[in-house]
Amino acid sequence: MIAESLIQIIYIISAILFTLSIKWMSEVKTSRRGNFSAAIGMILAVIATILAVGTNHYELTIVAVVIGGIFGAAMAMKMPMTAIPQRTAISHAFGALAAALVGAAEFFYNTPSIDTFTMSILSIEVILGFLTFTGSIVAFLKLQELISGRPIIYPARKTISFLVFGGALLSAILLIINPGNQTLFLIMGALSLVFGVILVIAIGGADMPTVIAILNSFAGLSAAGLGFVLNNKLLIVAGAIDGSSGLILAILMCKAMNRSFTNVLFGGFGNIQKSKAGKNAVERNIKSMVAEEAAPLLSYAKSVIIIPGYGMAVAQAQHASKDLMDSLEEKGVKVNFAIHPVAGRMPGHMNVLLAEADVPYEKLKEMDEINSDFKHTDVVIVVGANDIVNPAATHNRASPIYGMPILKAYEAKMIIMIKRSPGGLGFSGIDNELFWHKNTTMVYGDAKEVINKLVQNIKEN
Amino acid sequence: MIESTSADIITNIMIFALASLLGLELIKHVSRLLHTPLMSLTNAISSVAIVAALIVMSYANTTLTITLAAVAIACAATNAIGGFMITERILKMFRKDGKK
Repeated sequence: MIAESLIQIIYIISAILFTLSIKWMSEVKTSRRGNFSAAIGMILAVIATILAVGTNHYELTIVAVVIGGIFGAAMAMKMPMTAIPQRTAISHAFGALAAALVGAAEFFYNTPSIDTFTMSILSIEVILGFLTFTGSIVAFLKLQELISGRPIIYPARKTISFLVFGGALLSAILLIINPGNQTLFLIMGALSLVFGVILVIAIGGADMPTVIAILNSFAGLSAAGLGFVLNNKLLIVAGAIDGSSGLILAILMCKAMNRSFTNVLFGGFGNIQKSKAGKNAVERNIKSMVAEEAAPLLSYAKSVIIIPGYGMAVAQAQHASKDLMDSLEEKGVKVNFAIHPVAGRMPGHMNVLLAEADVPYEKLKEMDEINSDFKHTDVVIVVGANDIVNPAATHNRASPIYGMPILKAYEAKMIIMIKRSPGGLGFSGIDNELFWHKNTTMVYGDAKEVINKLVQNIKEN
Repeated sequence: MIESTSADIITNIMIFALASLLGLELIKHVSRLLHTPLMSLTNAISSVAIVAALIVMSYANTTLTITLAAVAIACAATNAIGGFMITERILKMFRKDGKK
C-alpha cells in the first residue's frame, strides 16, 4: 500500500492532463499533444489505482484488459473513416455499459446499507448508463444501416415512453427509501435498457449528430455519477468534462437545425412523406445533364464551391472530391468546400472525411464564413447533401425544416446537384426546392463515379 | 457499507460544478473542424471509469460482483485503448498544406 496522499497527487495530475488535453484540442496545431496528454493521464490514473487498491483477482483483470484492449485497438485501426459515426456510437455504448455495471456491482456489494444520497446518485447513474448503452446500440445499428434509418413510430409511443421512463424513476425512488430491494434494482435496470431503445429508435438518421452528442453527454454524466458513489474526484472531473462536451455539441447541433432538444428527442422528425416526388418531377421541370456536359461548365468557372453531405460519405466520394478540387485548381478555378454544421451523421463528420482525402483544412469553410460568397460564385456542386441546401427552410412556413439555417447554394449563378437517381426524397423525407430551382441542373449517378468522370473530362479539356 | 459524509458530498458537488463550467468554457473554443476528434477524445477520457471498475474489483467477493466488474473493465479498456488510438488516427489526417 502506498501513502494515500501520493495516490491523490497522481489523480490531480491526471485531472490536470485531462483538462489541458481539451484546451489543446481547440486547434489543429496542438491537438495531437492534447490526445497524448490525455492518454498519459489515463495511464497514470490506472497505475495509481492499482497501487492504491492492490490486485485482487488479477488474472481476471488482466484477461479483461487484454480482451478489451485488443478489441479496441482492432476497431481503431480497421475502421474506415466513413464509419467513424458508428464507431463513436458503439464506444458510447461501451463507456455507458462500463459505468452502469460498476454501479450495479457497487449496489450488490453494499446493499442494503447504502445512504440516501449515495443511493440517489447511484440510481441516476445506473439509469443513465443503461439507457445510453441500448440507445447507443440502436444508434449504431441505424448508422450501420442494419436497421432502417427512418424513425420508427408506433401508436401510443409517447404514452409507452412515459410509462417506461416513469417506471424506472419510480423504482429509483422506492430504492432510495429501501436500498435492500434487489428485485427493484433489476426492474429499474431493465426499464432503463428498454427506454434507451424506445428513445433512439424513434429518431431519424438525419438527427443522429444531435443524438450522438446527447449520448456522449449521458455517458460522461454517468461516469461522474460513479465518482460521487465511490467518492473519487478524478472520475467526477473527467465525467463532468465529457458531460459538458456532449452538451455543447448537442446544443450547437440543435441550433444549426433551429430545433429544440425536445423536438429532436420526441418529435419523430423525418417521418413526413408529403408529396409524391415522381409527379413533381414532371410539373416542376427538373433539368438534368450528364457529367460530360457538366465538366466544361466547371472548367470555365472562376469560382466553385463544393457542398458535401452524408451522400458523399455513403458513396465514399471524398477522394474523388479532392481530385476534382485539384483538377479545377490546375485550370485556375478557385475551389472551396462549404461545411454545414449538421452535414453528415456526427459533428465534424465532413471535415474528417475531407481531411482523410488530404484536402487542406483552410479550404473547409464554415457556414457563417462562406454564406456571403455564394452570390459571387459561378458554380456550386452539391455532393449528396439535401436538407442543408433546401431553400424551403428560408420561406416555406409549412416545411418541417422551416427556420433551419442553410447554405445559400441557391444564390449561386449555377448549381449542379449530384444525386443517385431521379425522384425520391432526401433522407429526411422532405421535398427539396433546390431540385427545380431555375439555376439548378441535376447530374444523376453514383457520386464517386460522376465526380471521377468530371475530373477525367476536365483534365482532357 | 457506503457512507458519504456531508463534507465529502459538498466538496464533490463543488468539484463537479467547477469541472463542468471549465469544460463548457474550454469546449466552446474548440474549432468545428475538430468536433469529431473532440468527441472521440472525450469518449476516451470518460473511460476513466476503468478506475472505478478496478476499485470495485479489489473488494468484489461474489461471482456476481466479480463478473460485473470484469465486464466493466473490458468495456472501459476497449474505449481507453481504442479511443486514444482512433483520435490519433483522425488527427494525423489534418494537415495544413494537404501533403503527406
